[in-house]
Amino acid sequence: MRMELIQPFINAADAVFAESLQAPTKIVDLSMDEETYRRKGVAALIAIKGDIEGRIILDLSPEVAIKIASQLSGAEVPESEQIVRETVCELANMVIGNSVTLLNDQGFKFKVFPPEVHVNTEGLGGDTETEAMVLCIETPCGNAYLNIAMHYLHRRRKERDAVPALD
Amino acid sequence: MQQFAALLRKDNKPVRYLVVDDSVFARKNLIKMIEMFGGEVAGEAGDGLTAIAEYNRTKPDVVLMDITMPQMEGIEAVERIVRQHADARIVMVSSVGYQENILAALQKGAKHFVQKPVKPEVLYEILRYVLGDDPNAVGAPAVLAGEQRS
Repeated sequence: MRMELIQPFINAADAVFAESLQAPTKIVDLSMDEETYRRKGVAALIAIKGDIEGRIILDLSPEVAIKIASQLSGAEVPESEQIVRETVCELANMVIGNSVTLLNDQGFKFKVFPPEVHVNTEGLGGDTETEAMVLCIETPCGNAYLNIAMHYLHRRRKERDAVPALD
Repeated sequence: MQQFAALLRKDNKPVRYLVVDDSVFARKNLIKMIEMFGGEVAGEAGDGLTAIAEYNRTKPDVVLMDITMPQMEGIEAVERIVRQHADARIVMVSSVGYQENILAALQKGAKHFVQKPVKPEVLYEILRYVLGDDPNAVGAPAVLAGEQRS
């Protein structure tokens, strides 16, 4: 898996958590994983299709999600499954939105699908055979996990356009 | 917590906002900022179609509009609102901030764009700008005269 594809997601996740919580965050663990992903809490899976294909999973425990939701809304939020799902989805959307903005500006074109929330105990394989990178992000509200499996489908548009057509 | 001078209409009443986002969580976050700016929530919507109906019902001073939503996306809702209300002030609020999206929204009549996660100080400056773009309408003089940020 190419680091140039992963780096925007790492940067975006770090920035989104730090800016949302108005506090420093730290990537405390980074590893490669070839197994089917087993979620730790509530996981939002976002699929990407286009020049780059793959999937990103953001995974938070319900307790961490509620703490983040409370921090962002400026008041204690009662624990409910809906709020946990909403929080995980919105954070995932922000991380992915910021990442794809960076990748899009680099010339990659792709479609991002709405997040699917997973709370069951089945593994989250996605449809790619590529290995995944797993990040643990330490925040003041607790740990968040990001699992990224991504590969190129096409060359970048600019590179592709630059290749002269054959007669 | 950072404090902001109230953004007021010309008649010294609070600026009224319509907040449009399919995420309740995101709406709450924006509403918290609106309250920090001394504003008032005129309405909320979770999709573009409801946003149009709420706009017609509440006639807000400013709309904060997400892009990716079910039923009708934000950019289409902007186009329809601006077609009926040429003076509508709509600020797009989205996590996807690439140029095509921004250009499409501005071409349809949005006044500005802010990327999520929204920083209060960034949104404040954008609202000041958007409210101040028409001296005959709500905003600018009262805002600028009362500027005192700590």
